[in-house]
Amino acid sequence: MQTQILLIVFLPLLASIIAGIVNKNAPSVFAKSITTGALFVSAILSWPIFFAFLNGSATAEVVPVLKWVQSGSMSFDWELRVDALTAVMLVVINSVSALVHLYSWGYMDEDPDQPRFFAYLSLFTFAMLMLVTANNLVQMFFGWEGVGLASYLLIGFWFKKPTAGAAAIKAFVVNRVGDLGFMLGIFGTYLVFQTTSIPEILEAAPAMSGSSIGFLGMRLYTMDILCILLFIGAMGKSAQLLLHTWLPDAMEGPTPVSALIHAATMVTAGVFMLCRLSPMFETAPTALAIVTVIGAATCFFAATIGTTQWDIKRVIAYSTCSQLGYMFFAAGVGAYNVAMFHLFTHAFFKALLFLGAGSVIHAMHHEQDMRYYGGLRKQIPFTFYAMLAGTLAITGLGVYHLGVGFAGFWSKDAVLEVAFARGTEISVMSFWLGVGAALLTSFYSWRLMFLTFWGKPRWIESEHIQHSVHKTPADAGEDTTGGYHPHESPIAMLVPLALLTVGAVAAGQMFAPKFLDDAAFWAGSIFYNENLIQAMHAVPYWVKYSALVVMVLGFIGAYIAYIAKPDIPAKFVAAFPWLHKFVFNKWYFDELYDRIFVKPAFWFGRQFWKLGDIGTIDRFGPNGIAAVVERSSVAAKSIQSGYLYSYALIMLLGLVALVTWVLF
Amino acid sequence: MDGFPILTAMLLVPLLAGIGCFFVAANAARWLALMGTLLTFALGVMLWVNYEIGGPQWQFTETAELFAGFKYALGIDGIALMLIMLSVFLMPICILASWNSITKRVGEYMAAFLFMEVLMIGVFAAQDLFLFYIFFEAGLIPMYLIIGVWGGDNRIYASYKFFLYTLFGSVLMLIAMFWMVAQAGTSDIPTLMQYDFPVAAQFWLFLAFFASFAVKMPMWPVHTWLPDAHVQAPTAGSVILAGVLLKLGGYGFIRFSLPMFPDASAELAWLIFALSMIAVVYTSLVALVQHDMKKLIAYSSVAHMALVTASLFAFNVQGLEGAMMIMLGHGLVSGALFLCVGVIYDRLHTREIDRYGGLSINMPYYATFFLLFTMASIGLPGTSNFIGEFLALAGIYQASTWVALVCTTGIILGAGYMLYLYRRVAFGAQKNEDAAAMPDMDAREWGMMAALAAAVMWMGVYPESFLAPMRADIAALDARLAAAAPQGDSQLQVGPPRAQAANAIAFEAHDEEGAH
Repeated sequence: MQTQILLIVFLPLLASIIAGIVNKNAPSVFAKSITTGALFVSAILSWPIFFAFLNGSATAEVVPVLKWVQSGSMSFDWELRVDALTAVMLVVINSVSALVHLYSWGYMDEDPDQPRFFAYLSLFTFAMLMLVTANNLVQMFFGWEGVGLASYLLIGFWFKKPTAGAAAIKAFVVNRVGDLGFMLGIFGTYLVFQTTSIPEILEAAPAMSGSSIGFLGMRLYTMDILCILLFIGAMGKSAQLLLHTWLPDAMEGPTPVSALIHAATMVTAGVFMLCRLSPMFETAPTALAIVTVIGAATCFFAATIGTTQWDIKRVIAYSTCSQLGYMFFAAGVGAYNVAMFHLFTHAFFKALLFLGAGSVIHAMHHEQDMRYYGGLRKQIPFTFYAMLAGTLAITGLGVYHLGVGFAGFWSKDAVLEVAFARGTEISVMSFWLGVGAALLTSFYSWRLMFLTFWGKPRWIESEHIQHSVHKTPADAGEDTTGGYHPHESPIAMLVPLALLTVGAVAAGQMFAPKFLDDAAFWAGSIFYNENLIQAMHAVPYWVKYSALVVMVLGFIGAYIAYIAKPDIPAKFVAAFPWLHKFVFNKWYFDELYDRIFVKPAFWFGRQFWKLGDIGTIDRFGPNGIAAVVERSSVAAKSIQSGYLYSYALIMLLGLVALVTWVLF
Repeated sequence: MDGFPILTAMLLVPLLAGIGCFFVAANAARWLALMGTLLTFALGVMLWVNYEIGGPQWQFTETAELFAGFKYALGIDGIALMLIMLSVFLMPICILASWNSITKRVGEYMAAFLFMEVLMIGVFAAQDLFLFYIFFEAGLIPMYLIIGVWGGDNRIYASYKFFLYTLFGSVLMLIAMFWMVAQAGTSDIPTLMQYDFPVAAQFWLFLAFFASFAVKMPMWPVHTWLPDAHVQAPTAGSVILAGVLLKLGGYGFIRFSLPMFPDASAELAWLIFALSMIAVVYTSLVALVQHDMKKLIAYSSVAHMALVTASLFAFNVQGLEGAMMIMLGHGLVSGALFLCVGVIYDRLHTREIDRYGGLSINMPYYATFFLLFTMASIGLPGTSNFIGEFLALAGIYQASTWVALVCTTGIILGAGYMLYLYRRVAFGAQKNEDAAAMPDMDAREWGMMAALAAAVMWMGVYPESFLAPMRADIAALDARLAAAAPQGDSQLQVGPPRAQAANAIAFEAHDEEGAH
């Protein structure tokens, strides 16, 4: 298995470097082939490892690569760890990445910078693989920052657009706020355990559960503060409430990027980190309570915003944020396997939804505003069916008593049930917020479907379409299509859609028994709470059916508002303008942060510079001394030639004289 | 290597080449300087290869009595070795960077650089206190000249500010040195490093040395000479200033202040921490609002150096090694960033950030290198600066969580100002025609950038090459400091562990009660 692991991780890096160096010196098909080929090899190698863990024939393995740092008692190396948890991530990352590479052949076909794009995609995959194979916290941080870099580059891929550059910086800097927590968490962990090796920390963690430590003058439970600091890192990467503002803006990147990085893989790194460190978090009840609250709050908060947005990608972005919230509160209540299961299924259906949206955008001449879609069901039927499958998966269609359902049914219902089963006040509150969010999820998902695929075409209102058909809405008159003909996407884009559709439909059904109930499958790679899982299966039927009920309610609501009586949304907005404005403007987080962080930073910078450095230090320092010297130097004027070398010479002479005088 | 005076050879080669530069024509001077620095670099490589890790603390020692106890004494430990390597590596790059941009008084210019190299190697190799002092202070003379003669429009003000600041510090240090020699009866640095000065005297000695090193570092609030000096200096001058001269302060702390005055260092650590914390936040914010590329990078240097001072006074191995690694990494990366500025300055003759934009379009390779060094500057793992920053902050955390928190905000602010710079230069639309017409890098520029990039990556991926030679010396210093080291504020208290996991629930009990 060692060779396979090395190949899986380093092939994408190699491909990325080659594609990056060759760049435009060869036809772009070269860079595309080499990166896509590498990723397919990685993906094909990953599945057997995953299956080996599924049937219990594989055991955790660590492949040493290279020494990294040895400083006193602190030591960490480049190592690749593969256990059940990593195996799950390997198939998710490599499969989605390979499909996204393939999809990009079609989606990015007209872009002049394709080699660069594919090099970045492969670089991202490498960094993500380093993250999930990390055997110590520092290598995890390497991957963590590496995916951050790739995300920065890909969000800013169309760097000529000012918004892309701004979004790229925002993503990086907001993530760095989380990294501050992550880094302090690593330092604290090292201080307590004298190691950064994850297995050693996890082994030693329970013994530290009763200890206390000083932090910023406070005395806190050691494990709580360490886990809270690490979780701050996870909040940044996984766009949880308070550090979520970068994710919607990240939609400035090309759509395949959104599917790979900002839906299926990178943003789930926070959840992965919690699961990887789950035995450690289980020693920190306060930290877990915070995880649960933040997760539940995010899942509800992001879903509210999703109901009001017009940009198809932003709706899906908020949906991602919300789904990540589910994963976090599942982890918070102790069901790490359930969190991982939702991560697994979510990767398929969310990548599908994003790639489907990309296919719609491709067909609609780069228009992303759903107000200018409509009636696309007939025009791009393949995309429509794929998106339908994705929608059914995310809304979680399935019936408990029949034992059938789409992927989201298996994982999201498990999240809700386990939160209910945990039975604390916080977990039950999370359950209700989760049910509320499920209602909103169903509403905004169907709203997206109805606005896009049903109703009359409203295409001519779109500037992109107007450019394409060279008509204004007035020219077009009655024909609201403007004579525009959306085309189904090329085969390179449809194949990934088809494969992901299979995942969105069947991943839950197929893997639920292993992920949810098989402690042997996890084999100690995460904290598996046997009792909690049994309690989860024993929750009352109304709990088990609650998600289905709200799903149907959400569907009906969206149907009424966007098909049956399309004037309802406008009336609602007119009736509650403040509520709509508040939600539509994303609860004003961006404005708030701009006021309290960004603007003051620049203001203070200017004050420190003008008033501090120039106005005070220079004025009373060198310039002040200079003025004094000038006034008292009339006598010495003859030697003050103003030439630098004479100063230098005098200084040297003085020095020699001084030394001579002292020594003799 | 037995008996071959390699350190003296490394001083002589650039010295002779420098003298030679006075007497030849411009182009010959360029080649002579390049050959001289490359030969010195080759000697440096030999030095490194022959340095015996785990051998005696001081190697390649040479001693010659001069007069009255004043000795020509050279010798290096791992710390000095690494800093010498940094100097001799950057030197040929500086010569190349000046290849076309310096057209007047070329011979003198090259000579100034070669003499500076002599003095820089000397400062790190000196084992006699006064020999050190002479190299330490004389090293500034070529720098004054480089700024004052080949600098920008406001060069006189800048060089004069530089002069005033450093003069102030060095006088106090010299007086302290005399006192020390009188007290200990020797000017031999290795002996002084083991000498226990009276605790009360340490306090004043520390402050006297501090005055000099704080200016060289530079620490807040005596940092204002640096942005001006950088802005006015020619590109290669900035590279050496940021790459090596800023390391003199850190080297001073690690070679003199800490081992010679350990008690005073511990007593005054709060002062260093306070100044460093202010510097990290203050200068990072100032960097954010700069319009001039060189000023921005200069202010970022102050913030990075503040991390060095804070971690040196953390009194533990990670802090000390982290400080050394930041110095080495910053030497490469800030040098590279100044080269990046130089590359476009040579084309457009302006450092105004707003005059550029969209350079990724017409200069893609340049933009890639610039990105790499930007990322290295903000401490991306896999690059040199991460190793330093990580170890430094880990060391600081053990000393004080407050200081660690404030210093770690530097990673957020650093990302802010560097990416904001990068965005304005390389991203966006090409708004100025002349900037859009600039050609990508030529072979000479490629060579410089690629060499630096390789070193940056090497140090980030396999820092062991750099840590190993310093390990024993840092451990010795750590042992020397151990007695004085103040306690951290973490103070772990182990209590009886909790009986069960946070989310443990008793499911079976429920079952029997028939709850469902």
